[in-house]
Amino acid sequence: MTLSQQDSFAVQTQNLRKVFGGKVAVRDLTLTVRRGEIFGFLGPNGAGKSTSIKMLLGLAKPTSGEAFVLGAPSGDVEVRRRIGFLPENFRFYEWLTPAELLHLHGRLCGVPSSKLSERIPALIDLVGLTPHIDKRLQNFSKGMLQRIGLAQALIHEPEVIFLDEPTSGLDPLGRRMVRDIIRAQRDRGATVFLNSHLLSEIEITCDQVVFIREGEVVTSRDLRAQQEEAVRVEVRARKLTQDCIAGLARWSESVQVDEERLTMTTQSRETLPEILRYLVAAGADVYQFTPQRMSLEELFMNIMGEDRGF
Amino acid sequence: MGVWIMAGITFREAARKKILWTALFAGGAFLLVFGIGLRFQVGDFRNSAVPPFLRYQVISAMLMIGLYTVDLLAVVMTTLTSVDTISGEITSGTIHAIATKPLARWQILIGKWLGFVAMAGVYVAITFWGTIAEGYWIGGVMAQHPVRGSLLVFLECIVALSVTFMFGTWFSTLTSGVITLGLLGVAFLGGWLEQMSGFTEGSRLAMVGIISSLIMPSEAVWRRAAFEMESPLAGSLQFSPFADISIPSISMIVYATVYLLVALAIAVYHFGERDL
Repeated sequence: MTLSQQDSFAVQTQNLRKVFGGKVAVRDLTLTVRRGEIFGFLGPNGAGKSTSIKMLLGLAKPTSGEAFVLGAPSGDVEVRRRIGFLPENFRFYEWLTPAELLHLHGRLCGVPSSKLSERIPALIDLVGLTPHIDKRLQNFSKGMLQRIGLAQALIHEPEVIFLDEPTSGLDPLGRRMVRDIIRAQRDRGATVFLNSHLLSEIEITCDQVVFIREGEVVTSRDLRAQQEEAVRVEVRARKLTQDCIAGLARWSESVQVDEERLTMTTQSRETLPEILRYLVAAGADVYQFTPQRMSLEELFMNIMGEDRGF
Repeated sequence: MGVWIMAGITFREAARKKILWTALFAGGAFLLVFGIGLRFQVGDFRNSAVPPFLRYQVISAMLMIGLYTVDLLAVVMTTLTSVDTISGEITSGTIHAIATKPLARWQILIGKWLGFVAMAGVYVAITFWGTIAEGYWIGGVMAQHPVRGSLLVFLECIVALSVTFMFGTWFSTLTSGVITLGLLGVAFLGGWLEQMSGFTEGSRLAMVGIISSLIMPSEAVWRRAAFEMESPLAGSLQFSPFADISIPSISMIVYATVYLLVALAIAVYHFGERDL
């Protein structure tokens, strides 16, 4: 089967397969990533995530199947001008300073020096490394290396950015920074292909996720659409009168009350603030108001089954 | 453009990681020892009854030994400094950030190769011409064709470099280093066996030397360099180990050049095809 190279997709693969000396690393990967979305790539250790990313970037040759990035066959040299990549464990020449590293990567990407002189300080500031601008990379912590690695992936304002475990080694502030940067990239129209073990990060960042196991897509989920899905709410409150409970029928047909514990299912998360305001206005003392949507982690565990080393 | 950026960063890395400076320091130490030894020898001759003709031959032989040491140091330095550049960056993952840039794989490899060629050039220029200068200013002797000699020593370094790169695209740093140094050892031994065969006209011994030179032509290139540099008289009188007993032909130099190009082509091809 041959893929039609559609420009509306940032990434397309069809029956992508990689075998290392008889060992199947990626069995049969078929996926599409739309332009301008943040795409989460999930799977347990050994699922073939990193090998898949390597094939998409031309670092590894597929045994069979096809892969296109921005409409060009994976590994195409010219299309790499439009691709950024942060490897899982970013390492580079330790004797460079952050500015020197970014200058080198910018030049390799063909960015004019005049533009680099503006972008480099801005990027170093963006990833929070301005206080360390004169240090050499050999004095950087793992988290700081991840930050400068992220900056090098963005130096040429790529259209597609592959991030392999971008929050690895980062503290909570660093993770927040990465999240903000990823969203900013999407806002400027870039596509972000995100591989991360931190499911909570994926959940609040990504538009779409796929779960892969043994090199095959098990399922995918549109997290934006999920915002509109029905959601179960658990409420703990006192002074819940019969009138107040009856009034909840406008949002839910399945209200259950057990002393101070009330559970109901509503059709959209958008109704939640309205329900809470209603309860308070009706005189209830609300101690807890918890949407019970299945988290990505629960979904992951359901799909992947028992612990296989994730 | 990408090739020159890679060449520049490779050369700068060698300098910034102190590889180049350490190698030059070692080369400087050699020049110091050689210069002191030469001065002492010249001083001893002043107070002795050794005839001028013999003095000249001894000092010339010392110069050739010095140049041979430079040759060995340059080849080993080139091998050791470059052995990690391909295999090490593949193992550490450093190559991932480069190989995903808009550069063809061959540009990365050739760029790195050019960086080390430049480094070998600097090293040979300083140590070789430093030795020549000491021989002239202290000992009063001059090699016959020093430019040809220096170019051949440089060629020998590039042969070793290309072989190191070729194995570096296949094997780990340690393995490729061991293989390359092993091949240099074979060439070294083969070269001397071929030289020794000249005394006895032993064709079987010469054959072993020739085959060794075909497997790794580095030592043959040195023996041609020695032939070019040693004075015709010293060479014909067989006063030194570098006498022109068994002289590699120009064809062997052509072979060495083709050999390094083939090794480089194999390195480019395999680096382009392999998974990183």
